[in-house]
Amino acid sequence: MKMKKILAAILAASMCGCFFAGCNDSGGTTASNGGGTAANNSGGTTGSGGSVYWLNFKPESDEVLQKVAKMYTDETKVPVKVVTAASGTYEQTLSAEMDKSDAPTLFVIGNSAGVKQWGDYALDLKDTKIAKELNTNAYNLYDANGKLVSIGYCYECYGIIVNPDLLKQAGHELSEIKNFATLKTVVEDIHSRASELGFDAFTSCDMDDSSSWRFTGHMANLEYFYEEKAAGKTWTECPATITGDYLGNFKNLYDLCINNSISAPTELATGGHDPSNQFATCKAAFTVQGSWEYSAYKEKAPNAVMIPYYCGVDGEEKAGLNCGTENCWAVNSKASEADQQATLDFMYWCVTNKEASKLLVDSFGVMPYKNAAESSNAFLKNANDLTTKGNYVMDWATNYQPNVNEYRAALVSALNAYNADQTDANWAQVKAAFVDGWATQYQAANG
Amino acid sequence: MTKTKKKLETDFVPNEKAAHKSPFKRVVDFFFGGKNSNALSRPLAKWGWLFIGPVTIAFIIGFVWPFIQGIYLSFCKFRIVSDAEFYGFQNYASVFEDASFIHSFWYSALFAIVSLILINVFAFAVAYALTQNIKGSNLFRTVFFMPNLIGGIVLGYIWSMIFDGILSQFGTSILQNSTWGFWGLIILMCWQQIGYMMIIYIAGLNAVPEDMLEAAKIDGATKWQTLWRVTIPNVMPSITICTFLSLTNGFKLFDQNIALTAGQPISIQNGVPIKQTEMLALNIYNTFYGTNTAARGTAQAKAVIFFILVAGLGLAQLAYTRKKEVQQ
Repeated sequence: MKMKKILAAILAASMCGCFFAGCNDSGGTTASNGGGTAANNSGGTTGSGGSVYWLNFKPESDEVLQKVAKMYTDETKVPVKVVTAASGTYEQTLSAEMDKSDAPTLFVIGNSAGVKQWGDYALDLKDTKIAKELNTNAYNLYDANGKLVSIGYCYECYGIIVNPDLLKQAGHELSEIKNFATLKTVVEDIHSRASELGFDAFTSCDMDDSSSWRFTGHMANLEYFYEEKAAGKTWTECPATITGDYLGNFKNLYDLCINNSISAPTELATGGHDPSNQFATCKAAFTVQGSWEYSAYKEKAPNAVMIPYYCGVDGEEKAGLNCGTENCWAVNSKASEADQQATLDFMYWCVTNKEASKLLVDSFGVMPYKNAAESSNAFLKNANDLTTKGNYVMDWATNYQPNVNEYRAALVSALNAYNADQTDANWAQVKAAFVDGWATQYQAANG
Repeated sequence: MTKTKKKLETDFVPNEKAAHKSPFKRVVDFFFGGKNSNALSRPLAKWGWLFIGPVTIAFIIGFVWPFIQGIYLSFCKFRIVSDAEFYGFQNYASVFEDASFIHSFWYSALFAIVSLILINVFAFAVAYALTQNIKGSNLFRTVFFMPNLIGGIVLGYIWSMIFDGILSQFGTSILQNSTWGFWGLIILMCWQQIGYMMIIYIAGLNAVPEDMLEAAKIDGATKWQTLWRVTIPNVMPSITICTFLSLTNGFKLFDQNIALTAGQPISIQNGVPIKQTEMLALNIYNTFYGTNTAARGTAQAKAVIFFILVAGLGLAQLAYTRKKEVQQ
């Protein structure tokens, strides 16, 4: 009987414990996310009273950001908390965090859709100290009223990454590749001799969520860009419709990728081939990727070079890389003034402090600020070299994709069907998703 | 015989006096069967709040309040919950204009009915087989129950690998054909749920009075007749609960859906892209995270409609199967 009473008491106590544990989580998560003792005082015990809370959207950069946050706190005693949303859940995390009384003071608004969604929560950054440090206006985002909603803190580039060492083994030179026709010759030659060479031309073109954006986001950009170029203007907001005039060029490059890769086109829908690892381990000579992969490739493929998306457009010999960014800082307009000031000071420090900007540059890409450290990323150097040679930069028109998740999902579905059976009818479906889908999703997002 | 008699004695007998008692005492009587009421109810009446209080508070914080707020938000335009602007019935109007919602409704309905039938038929069959004194039936019960312990997302990914492992031999994938997507999800759900429902059916089958079965045997009933005339009417309470669970589970399905197909493939009908294998909950989720500024309100309105639908269907089904239950 006594035993029963004790058991009942333990059960009741643990139930209460479970319930009240929920009320006491703020201290715990702050400590584990903050990295460093100062981060524990996120309430703001310092003199000025301001503190910084950065909601980061790139899991791969979390480690560096925690380090930078600690450096800043050690130097200024201002608490900086960096929380990183789990991969692919930034929008969900931001929605939840913005609802809290202790909301992020610094977050990311990376494209025009983001401006529409979160622009109301962003402080106008015009005339701030950090805005004056910028050396270009190209990576900033404005809303319809001309408010400077977010400010680029780095830019990246993407294109076709080539391993010239493997090209040599196959008896080719990088200098042979000047346009789509020459690219095609080299690629098809390597693919035809893949078993003899021990490596293939392209890495697997997986269509699962971890890889499909390389095609529906990045490669699709060539179509949008050439449309822009033909019209003689760059988009400043999402157009209601697109023409799809250059979809044939997209098809050229896309077909080349899927038909000359390690995995057969029919095996791509659910992915799982780890293309990044295939390139890093020299299983393929080509991959479509971005400059952020540099650190993953630099050991095994130290001479890897990024070349433009050659797709059979006239004059593409003068093409450059796709440069742009989704890394744009926005400051929470609903935060207290002290927190806003602390955040602006922190941003300024990030782009001017030698050590900090070095860390950030190595992790992110080039920082477009007057006094920031130089990047050691070879792919970004390729981008700069091409620009200096007078080649045109392909801007990230892809950032304007309307209702982006739904638009890309429809495109993936159509590409899956095309990959399984490369008929004209299936390509018509891709075209419908690509061109008509744009108009439909534009209506859905703005209707 | 004696075993059955003893069991019947301990069954809950409704207390006639309960009608005149305070609501709290009635609750106490409900949980403790109205027996030992004097010995138990006095200290419980005094201290009961201590036990019920925390759970009630948790229930209000975790369920009642968000529910009320959710209904309010369905009439609002908002991006974050604490900053909502009243928007009227606009959200509800746009729900019914949304072809993808209508599609996902019918798809969910079809899925719920098919999975309800298959899960219950198989679960009952397995439970019936395992109550026939088969050797090692405890082992079988454990094994059949185990899939239920794995989370939906993990199950979805495991099964997508299994299906694609097979389908890739034929140069295709589960994401390419909505029929395979549908049956894939049915297979997955059956695999997960049959063991769970089986446990409920086994409990029901064990509670069928031995004397009735014996009487049926003496009267010369065949096994088949005994099953339909004696066993099934007696396990109706289990059937009620299992059909209720599998019907609502079928409608509410989310994790498995997003992990297995995420709505793929997509076909374009009248210019509107329709995710062929998207169920209601996933449709609400996808709407909520769309970029339109009014999308969250619309998703919220969908969620309210979804609730009314699931609750209504569940209650209707309960009322229907309850009528078929027999009193012992």
